[in-house]
Amino acid sequence: MSMTLKALLKSPWVFHLSTGSCNNCDIEVLDCLTPRFDVERFGILLAGSIRHSDVLLVTGSCNRMSVERLKKLYDQVPKPCLVVGIGTCAGSRGVFIDSYNCPVPLDHIIPVDVYIPGCPPKPEAIIAGVVKLIQKVGNG
Amino acid sequence: MNYFYPVNLIVFGFLLTALLGLISSWVDRKVTAMVQYRVGPPLLQPLVDIVKLLGKETLVPAGASRGAFLLAPLVGLAGVVASSTVLWGNLLRPSTSFAGDWIVILYLLTVPSLGIILGGFASRNPLASLGASREMKLVLSYELPFVLAMLVPVIRSGGSIRLGDILSSQFANGANAGSLSGIIALVVAVLCIQAKLALVPFDAPEAETEIVSGPLIEYSGAALAVYRLAKNMLLFVLPFFLGIMFLGGFRLHGIEILWSVLKFVGVLALITVIRNTNPRVRIDQATRFFWGPVAILGAAAVVLALLGL
Repeated sequence: MSMTLKALLKSPWVFHLSTGSCNNCDIEVLDCLTPRFDVERFGILLAGSIRHSDVLLVTGSCNRMSVERLKKLYDQVPKPCLVVGIGTCAGSRGVFIDSYNCPVPLDHIIPVDVYIPGCPPKPEAIIAGVVKLIQKVGNG
Repeated sequence: MNYFYPVNLIVFGFLLTALLGLISSWVDRKVTAMVQYRVGPPLLQPLVDIVKLLGKETLVPAGASRGAFLLAPLVGLAGVVASSTVLWGNLLRPSTSFAGDWIVILYLLTVPSLGIILGGFASRNPLASLGASREMKLVLSYELPFVLAMLVPVIRSGGSIRLGDILSSQFANGANAGSLSGIIALVVAVLCIQAKLALVPFDAPEAETEIVSGPLIEYSGAALAVYRLAKNMLLFVLPFFLGIMFLGGFRLHGIEILWSVLKFVGVLALITVIRNTNPRVRIDQATRFFWGPVAILGAAAVVLALLGL
């Protein structure tokens, strides 16, 4: 594994991107950053700007309005970057699967590295998902 | 040929300062974590961050001024390296201290802010421009009290603007912070370096929650790594400078090493605690604060020093 990738797994700065979620997943993501779970132990920081981020945390069901922004933002991330789909909506569009407004699932738009199911997933589940992502990338 | 200057520049000015800056950054993050009742990052975290950023793609925004955008972080880094070289030279070989190096340091410590302003305006982003203009206002606000505070050690050492003389007068008469004027000037200087480092409460230029890291918003990859490195080094250089001016300097032999480390970590922890226990002030409030109470306090310290207190 290259030095860059190794360093990236030890300091993944996350960017939080909501594509029309109900905000529950967003709140659970923010919970991970609170002192109780303290993900800074693993070098994870919340990046305010997309240019600083390494991991995109995508929540929500990718509605028509946000898909264009999602594509644009994915193009703006400095590569290499990873994508995590958080919540049932990002995984399978949840209850919105028959909606006129959510035509395609997330992985038809951008490549996704790991899904974390749950409505919303607990902070423990999000941390477990990120650990699995790190193991997966670490093992090539 | 004197090899002291190039060796000092590369080994002490850059490498050692970078190492100590990364450690300072870790101390800052660890103390922050302790204040918030959490564990905090491991020791190597700041270094890992820099290595990771060096390996990432460097994007230049469309329509940005490419040369200025990529040059600005280097300008900032060069300013920090030059100022730390002068300070290390003073510490390691007092004979290299020259008349007026006090002015040179004050001058060079403004250069990192200029680098940030340059980068912010070059990146063609409204938030970056806003952050850069706030940084400019902040520089205008804190420079006056900072210079007033730094005048106190000069007056107390008999009007000499050589750092070497300021240090030797402190060795002879005790640290400047031990006197009334010295301690007032130290308080003013700590407030000013808080603003120089753009830390809370004076982090309006980089306010994460409103203008998402301001001038740095468009930076990525190696350019961001250079900026972060410069900031981390500044986090070492400014408390180091304060230690030389007010706390009797640093000596590197015997038990004095322990005292030097304690002085440095004390100032650093003070800065971190201030940044963790205060809300952000608006830029107009910051300007009013520095030109009003802080400048008056600085002027009072100068008057007291002239009276010999």
